[in-house]
Amino acid sequence: MMKMKTVEITVGIFMVAAILSLLMLALQVSGLSFFFKEDGGYKIKAEFSNIGSLKIKGKVTVAGVVIGRVVNIKLDPDTFNATVWLAIDPIHAKKLPYDSRASILTAGLLGDNYISLTPGFEENKFLQEGDIIPMGSTDSAVVLEQLISKFLAGQASGGSKKSDPKTGVEPVSVPVP
Amino acid sequence: MLIKRIQLLGRIGLAFLGDIGRATLILYHALVGKPDWVHGFGRLIQQLYSVGVLSLVIIILSGLFIGMVLALQGYTILVKFGAEHALGQLISLSLVRELGPVVSALLFAGRAGSALTAEIGLMKTTEQLSSMEMMGIDPLRRIIAPRFWAGQISMPLLALIFNCVAILGGYTVGVEWLGVDTGAFWANMQSAVDFYADVMNGVIKSVVFGTVITWIAVYQGNDCTPTSEGIGRATTRTVVYSSLAILGLDFFLTAVMFGET
Repeated sequence: MMKMKTVEITVGIFMVAAILSLLMLALQVSGLSFFFKEDGGYKIKAEFSNIGSLKIKGKVTVAGVVIGRVVNIKLDPDTFNATVWLAIDPIHAKKLPYDSRASILTAGLLGDNYISLTPGFEENKFLQEGDIIPMGSTDSAVVLEQLISKFLAGQASGGSKKSDPKTGVEPVSVPVP
Repeated sequence: MLIKRIQLLGRIGLAFLGDIGRATLILYHALVGKPDWVHGFGRLIQQLYSVGVLSLVIIILSGLFIGMVLALQGYTILVKFGAEHALGQLISLSLVRELGPVVSALLFAGRAGSALTAEIGLMKTTEQLSSMEMMGIDPLRRIIAPRFWAGQISMPLLALIFNCVAILGGYTVGVEWLGVDTGAFWANMQSAVDFYADVMNGVIKSVVFGTVITWIAVYQGNDCTPTSEGIGRATTRTVVYSSLAILGLDFFLTAVMFGET
């Protein structure tokens, strides 16, 4: 049997190693930051006609830099538009111009949807807590399937008129049931 | 003939119920018995050493190799799609959610659970437990409780160390050897892993596994037939039962934790 002191020291090292691992998992692996909390920011709203697959916790960026998160998504029962609550980091509180635009973009071809804010040119009026970015200055998500079906429909309808035997350009054939 | 079959079924059922009852009694005594703070702490440290610290080598080595294999396999598949920068995400999510808790629990069952059963079984066979009772010392409190708590505490700590070492192993192979970009490796990992949803759920999993493994090990040791053959059987049963329990419970825990998304 080992001496009690040695045993205690090794157990202590074991515990410290485990705590260090938890710290590494928290900070390095999951990127947990103790500085930014969802409640700490100020909240603004934005209206969209279609949010695509935007999810709660999605990023909010300005010029590609993450400054906040999506905290809530609701459907407006009267207008059938989506209302999205954005929590902005308090460092940027009350510095976003009132006429900023919000657009839903996609990270890469298969990535998640996120919200990109484009600052406007208003110099004296800023977005306050609870302010809303109206439908007029938001861009909805681009849904890939809709784009493709539009493209195909355009090809099908325009193809019959424009098919020119001289150029030999055949329109993309769309099987008609 | 039929009566005999029914009798056999009844005997199995009664034995099963008896097993569950005795196992629950042991757990109850181990948990509820009045703790002896002065001497109990030293005994707990002693058990933490033999259950936790001595399992450290196998956990670290297997964690290192599992992380390295994950990186190698993941890289060969991801590079076909030009998505090798998602390697960190692949490694960390599969480790933190599944492989970390489960593999370290399986290793723990083989390394520490079997040792616990054999130790307690030998104590019972050589009538150390009965002689303790003769001296008015409750063997459940003196022998079983510190071992139970030590297993319970060590398991999540070992799983954390396993995760950490495996991710470092994956980093070594992925970044240093195969040439994935360091920044992309860590950044993708950080954006994919959520501390509460992924890391803490993994810790909860390993706490559950730790309870089940040590409970099975301690019960099998205390309940074994007091012969050398009985100890052997009890040790085998510990490893088999706890491995099955880990894999089965893992499915349910995963369904509860990650099933909705």
